[in-house]
Amino acid sequence: MTGDEGWYDEAAGPLVRPYTITSGRTPSENARLDVSTQVMTLRSEQEPAGLGPEHLTIVQLCRRPVSVAEIAVYAKLPLGVVRVLCGDLIERGLVITRSPSYQPAQAPDLETLQAVLDGLLKY
Amino acid sequence: MDLVPIPVKIIVAGGFGAGKTTLVGSVSEIPPLTTEEVLTVASTGVDDLTGVERKYTTTVALDFGRITISPRHVLYLFGTPGQERFWFMWDDLARGAIGTIVLVDTRRLETSFAAIDFFERRKIPFVVAVNCFEGAPRYTADEVREALVVPDHVPIVMCDARDRDSSKIALIRLVKHAMSAVSATAARVPSAG
Repeated sequence: MTGDEGWYDEAAGPLVRPYTITSGRTPSENARLDVSTQVMTLRSEQEPAGLGPEHLTIVQLCRRPVSVAEIAVYAKLPLGVVRVLCGDLIERGLVITRSPSYQPAQAPDLETLQAVLDGLLKY
Repeated sequence: MDLVPIPVKIIVAGGFGAGKTTLVGSVSEIPPLTTEEVLTVASTGVDDLTGVERKYTTTVALDFGRITISPRHVLYLFGTPGQERFWFMWDDLARGAIGTIVLVDTRRLETSFAAIDFFERRKIPFVVAVNCFEGAPRYTADEVREALVVPDHVPIVMCDARDRDSSKIALIRLVKHAMSAVSATAARVPSAG
């Protein structure tokens, strides 16, 4: 154990409780983002103000489309926290998202399935 | 908007040790990644000695991989967290998914009953993929179907989860199965209306 870690060990959990980053907010139902939802940062002229370091990390990660699950891995944050932070970025118009299509049925439509099948056959 | 691909999902389920992460890893274009969900759950059952329901937070690991299908579609493969008490996460994972591959280890058939039951009840398309472990007893698809009480319309495929092409074939079988399910539903609509 090095000095940085103090007396904490793995069993004590992370030093910053996950939802401290979101000021205690948990993902709301209407902003529910799927683990596979693609998030992409919109180009902006200047650095957006008033964002936390975790928000900025996501803005930088998503210069190209990245899934919520991948953001969680690369930003080392739990999925729920990523959902809240992405919700903030959506609200401020800094990112656009695309979620799996499941309207009207629960499953993707035939056209999407055919595209996936064609892709897999070539993969 | 076309700059952002449409995500699609396939779930890989099965009992502990059935090879879910192996399958995801063999066919994914990236090494499998693991992320965590922090959950608040009520503790009941074995770790509840007092009879009083308590709440605690826990983290559930979620393994996943990715296949870029085309500039327009990106496929994610998610392994379900194995422990039964986290099944409510499966509902979230399964929402909008193409369907599920239920991986089966013939040495521990009973560990896959629960997963089969889960996806059958929710009418989520699934295929049973028998992971042919070395040294495990070999059965025919019919024998596995009978042992697992899997309906006739559910495909059963033999696979080696370590092998990319074998895993790919299981994925393809699932997508075809999901397509036939969508077609069947579409065909029923006019008569229903």
